[in-house]
Amino acid sequence: MKVKFKIKGLDCANCAAELERKIQKIEGITEASISFMTEKMIIECNDNEKDEIVEKIKKVVKKEEPDVVVEER
Amino acid sequence: MKKRGIKILLPAILYIIAIAVSFENGLINTCIFIVSYLIVGFDILKKALRNIIRGKVFDENFLMAVATLGAFGIGEFPEAVAVMLFYQVGELFQSYAVDKSRKSISSLMDIRPDFANLVKEDKIEKVDPDDVEIGNIIIVKPGEKVPLDGVVIEGISMIDTMALTGESVPRKVEVGNEILSGCINQNGLLKIKVAREYDESTVSKILELVENASNKKSKSENFITKFAKYYTPIVVIIAVILAFIPPIIFKDATFSDWIYRALSFLVVSCPCALVISIPLSFFGGIGGASKMGVLIKGSNYLEALANTEIVVFDKTGTLTKGVFEVQKIETEDISEDELIRISAYAENYSNHPIAQSIKKAYNKPIDEKLIDNTEELSGLGIIAQIEDKKVLVGNEKLMQKNNIKYKKCDDVGTILYVAINNEFKGFILISDKIKDDAFETIKKLKESNIKQTVMLTGDRKDVADDVAKKLSIDKVCSELLPDEKVKEVEKLLKTRSEKGKLAFVGDGINDAPVLAISDIGIAMGGLGSDAAIEASDIVIMTDKPSEIGNAIKLSKKTMRIVYQNIIFAIFVKVVVLILSALGLSTMWEAVFADVGVSMIAIINALRVLRGIK
Repeated sequence: MKVKFKIKGLDCANCAAELERKIQKIEGITEASISFMTEKMIIECNDNEKDEIVEKIKKVVKKEEPDVVVEER
Repeated sequence: MKKRGIKILLPAILYIIAIAVSFENGLINTCIFIVSYLIVGFDILKKALRNIIRGKVFDENFLMAVATLGAFGIGEFPEAVAVMLFYQVGELFQSYAVDKSRKSISSLMDIRPDFANLVKEDKIEKVDPDDVEIGNIIIVKPGEKVPLDGVVIEGISMIDTMALTGESVPRKVEVGNEILSGCINQNGLLKIKVAREYDESTVSKILELVENASNKKSKSENFITKFAKYYTPIVVIIAVILAFIPPIIFKDATFSDWIYRALSFLVVSCPCALVISIPLSFFGGIGGASKMGVLIKGSNYLEALANTEIVVFDKTGTLTKGVFEVQKIETEDISEDELIRISAYAENYSNHPIAQSIKKAYNKPIDEKLIDNTEELSGLGIIAQIEDKKVLVGNEKLMQKNNIKYKKCDDVGTILYVAINNEFKGFILISDKIKDDAFETIKKLKESNIKQTVMLTGDRKDVADDVAKKLSIDKVCSELLPDEKVKEVEKLLKTRSEKGKLAFVGDGINDAPVLAISDIGIAMGGLGSDAAIEASDIVIMTDKPSEIGNAIKLSKKTMRIVYQNIIFAIFVKVVVLILSALGLSTMWEAVFADVGVSMIAIINALRVLRGIK
């Protein structure tokens, strides 16, 4: 399933690209894409693992970019 | 923004004072430099410190902090402050540019309705469009946006579909008409019965499509982020080598000289300038296209569009109107109106599309009492008794069978010969009409250096050849069954060059398989057709094929800007790196290679927002 997020507070396009790479590496995520311009992220993961994965994403974001807020839409 | 401005302006003034005035005690100058540095660079230093703790070394805050602190270390106070100042100005400019293009695109996609006037038993209430259900009645006043898709049940008005289609001519709606969300009601008061919930309505579908488009990345975007991923560490490593190795090896090389060169490297190594301009260009391109009523579902499709070599069209509904109309009438001893009237009476009970177009051409009520008897002869036509006359309407075979001498029509299309009491009275030519702007479409494509235009159709060969000839299309494949269309496209896919792309243009309803195998599937008349929006990569909201030419032009402009930016940025950076390594350039050039290049690239990228005019 596809899950969409709003990502607020990203400083630069390169940070977005790096964050995207880190999130792509999370186990259970088959695809992740961050658009710096629209401040949106779309990920693809298994239905039943969704909650777990959302938690993992939040953790990664907190570690990489403490000023950035992720919200599921 | 304002706060950030002050944080730059204040130290900038201090900086100028420190440079311009030589205080007796040199220490005062140094102090002013340090103070202004701390004001302008505090955020960067803070973030850099935090990043070191988390082990993020190649972050640009860290690089800037090291470069400027290093400059302080070797006594280059003015440069340290200047680099930080320019860096911050660059950052400010960048966020201004990003903000501006976000805003200009969201204003151009400003079709999101804020409220709906819901009719309740005794009053009208302003509610969130999300809260309206199917079957509810809403009122749209003049000047308001239609919030949900529905059917007009009261009122007449002109509606403006500009925001959805790019079409500036308003459309008339009246009772019974379908109305789509996102249109603006211009003059009359409309009462609408809601047919779709907000999430399913046209407006939210379109918004979602455009907003998600920049998540599908293009090759150039992936290239530049990948480039940045390796570029920064490599430059930093070279900087470290540069700082320490030469002074150790060469006798007359000093540490302060080589460290200075290394610090310039660090300034140039910042990746962001390079990375930002590319998504910004694509974002602008997608926005500019939606302004024209062309929805592009991803940056990758915009990029592919610029490399289009072959454009394949479906005929009916794409290049032609898909409606059969009376094109020509020729008569013998009878008026044209009478010929049409008699034919319409004869065709009255037929459901054939040809009969429909004759009745449409007559466009008056038919008095069925005057029709005594009609007989439909499959593959021939109709024989009818009308007002005591024997009327024959049909093809050549019908005339021949009844031994009627007729005048042959040489035009292409469906020809109906009419005879009254076994005497030939004339013929009616019915054919599908070529869209007015189909001519312009092919011309525009040729201008954009499209190598081949192809038309596929299930229609008869003579009809297809005629249309293709009129439009000067390069290749025609006619009398195709749906699965044969797929085969033809597969064949064409083999003829394109390695980088070249094939675009297929159809109505998006019957040609889903062909849309799917093409490099770029383009569906026409997307407005109100979910199937078309779903099946394609690019949706043209109007039924004007000429928008394809415009979209290709825009895509080429976008790609030109993208390449300009990539080449320019990398070139300047490499040149400055070489010059710094040789000691021929100073930190000033390094700052230009970072901040200056990024500014120029961003200004260049913003050009896409202006569209193709």
